[in-house]
Amino acid sequence: MSRPIATTRSATGIPTGRLALWWIVFSEIVIFGGLLGSYIMHRIGHPEWAYDAIHTNTMAGAVNTFVLLTSSLMAVLAHQAAERGDGKRAAKFLYWTVLGAVAFLVIKGFEWHHEIVDLGYVLTTSGFWSFYYIAAGLHGVHVIGGAIIMLFVAHDAKKGKELQRVEYIGIYWHFVDLVWIFLFPLLYIAK
Amino acid sequence: MSEESHGHDESYYIKTWLLLVVLLIISVLGPELEIKIVTFVTAFGIAVVKAALVANRFMHLNIERKYITSLLITGIAAMLIFFFGVAPDVMRHSGTNWEHVSAQEWVEHGMAVGEASGGHHGEATHGDDGHGDEAGHGDEAEHGHDAEHGEGEAEATH
Repeated sequence: MSRPIATTRSATGIPTGRLALWWIVFSEIVIFGGLLGSYIMHRIGHPEWAYDAIHTNTMAGAVNTFVLLTSSLMAVLAHQAAERGDGKRAAKFLYWTVLGAVAFLVIKGFEWHHEIVDLGYVLTTSGFWSFYYIAAGLHGVHVIGGAIIMLFVAHDAKKGKELQRVEYIGIYWHFVDLVWIFLFPLLYIAK
Repeated sequence: MSEESHGHDESYYIKTWLLLVVLLIISVLGPELEIKIVTFVTAFGIAVVKAALVANRFMHLNIERKYITSLLITGIAAMLIFFFGVAPDVMRHSGTNWEHVSAQEWVEHGMAVGEASGGHHGEATHGDDGHGDEAGHGDEAEHGHDAEHGEGEAEATH
């Protein structure tokens, strides 16, 4: 059976699949960096946003940070298992990582429900809420996308197939965690 | 899968995770002291430390090829160029021979609404039912920016 070219070719000393993943991370740095940079400069220029920021739920943000950090641990343990050739164990840890993603989204869902339905803050309420929903929403889309891909990777890993992908999806997942590490103080702590 | 053996056992990753959790707790408790510099250091300083831990120990960036580190630094540099190129015009609302009047009005109005509502910006504009009315919900009504900023709307939001 032929292998994907990303698995077999390496022009830089880095497997092409992993290299492609790092390029994705590079592009994500530019995307999220631009968004968060814009938020920071607007937040400094608009002290009145502090009156909106006090309504974000710090505890929900902290719990979600804990959930993502834990899911990152699961992802790196999956990678470690894959390196040892233990696909079943790798898949198990990937499923735990997906569970973390689901928990994150459920908490986010409750949080947004309260903010939108109970408090009435929507995307157009103010500049702060626009940034809040766009930044957290874009991050949430990455969580959903990562979790779906992880299920496919876990499905193959369980059969001992394409174990190198466990590392690739792990790198992506750690980056999603990294973005949240910065979103948390910006949106929840800086009141 | 990478060719390198990362050579760490599970306890290495679990210890890193524990360290990250401790840092998270500090970053949540720090702002409770309500000292600006402590909040800044515990929130953003610790975020940088946490990010470095995740990048080095979970993403294994410390043992990845230098090419990758250079690639990521280029991305961060692009972000910084954007930030410092645009920030002076966004963070300030006046300077030598220029003034951003609508932004100044927006800030003034927003601060007035926030202070009048006792620090509860939203409640003053959204009403008791939590959903608010048309006048209190809109961007213009709440902030009164640009030409639509007016006394009437400011009154209505209070």
